[in-house]
Amino acid sequence: MVKVAVIQYPGSNCDLDALEILRGVVKAKTDLVWHKDLVHNDYDAYVLPGGFSYGDYLRAGAIAATSPSLRIVKEAAEGGKPVLGICNGFQILVEAGLLPGAVLRNSTLRFVCTWTRLKVETTRTPFTNGAEKGQVLEIPVAHNEGRYYLDRDQIPDLERNQQIVFRYVNEQKEATEDANPNGSIDNIAGICNQKGNVMGLMPHPERASLPEMSADNQNGGRVIFDSMMRTLRGPGA
Amino acid sequence: MTPGSYVVEVIVENKPLARDPEGETIHQNLILKGGYNQVTGVRAGKLLRMNVEANSPEDARAIVRKLSDDLRIYNPAAHTIQVRVVG
Repeated sequence: MVKVAVIQYPGSNCDLDALEILRGVVKAKTDLVWHKDLVHNDYDAYVLPGGFSYGDYLRAGAIAATSPSLRIVKEAAEGGKPVLGICNGFQILVEAGLLPGAVLRNSTLRFVCTWTRLKVETTRTPFTNGAEKGQVLEIPVAHNEGRYYLDRDQIPDLERNQQIVFRYVNEQKEATEDANPNGSIDNIAGICNQKGNVMGLMPHPERASLPEMSADNQNGGRVIFDSMMRTLRGPGA
Repeated sequence: MTPGSYVVEVIVENKPLARDPEGETIHQNLILKGGYNQVTGVRAGKLLRMNVEANSPEDARAIVRKLSDDLRIYNPAAHTIQVRVVG
């Protein structure tokens, strides 16, 4: 039976939300695992939830990235297992070197908590293979350090390798400055590694996986968890 | 060689090409508004001051430089650092 781990770090605070969606909505057998207790690569997929691990000290995600649990996550990633980092989880994956670039303080210098529109740029990942390319998902963000940064001259490589998974867009599906909540380069909201099995994004799909939790009565975040489970269970499941 | 305790500072700041909205805001909304037009730019960063036991100032600096790289005190994708012995 497929088993998923949601890894808890000191300061994680979206762990129970992710757990609820995985267990209650997409019906995945899921354990909440304290980061120090993750010593074996026994799970089929790993979710690093949002929050403020280690108080965001030094840099968001920088201290959690040195947790021994990341060795297990790296091993799983190298073995092709799905690894999903949400918000602080994304920052941890970047700081641990599983994803390229950096996540810097919002260009507005303000904590931003709002609904965003995300355009699906690739469906090749285990988290988007149930979506359609160009589809727009409405998913909220809540962060102070969400400005994705990579040197401008490295963006074409990211694009060519289909590592840009989501972009912030407006109602017309255009990646405009107004649609960009944090100043991320090229409106990038989520990226994956070269293989596509490790993905991080700043928005919170677990907060948009039930219609009753969404402003528009939709469940735009659910496709990310559904895709992951479909990948794990196989298309016939 | 002077074994002893040294004070080493690490200054982390965004790379020149990575925008620094905090520095820009301090420059625009405080310094220029305050009439100090001689100031043409501000970069905000982070300062870590470490007390280090070492055989010499050079060793102290080398230790801090190494730990900054090993433990990713900065993210080389977006930051630069300066390491200096101040005491």
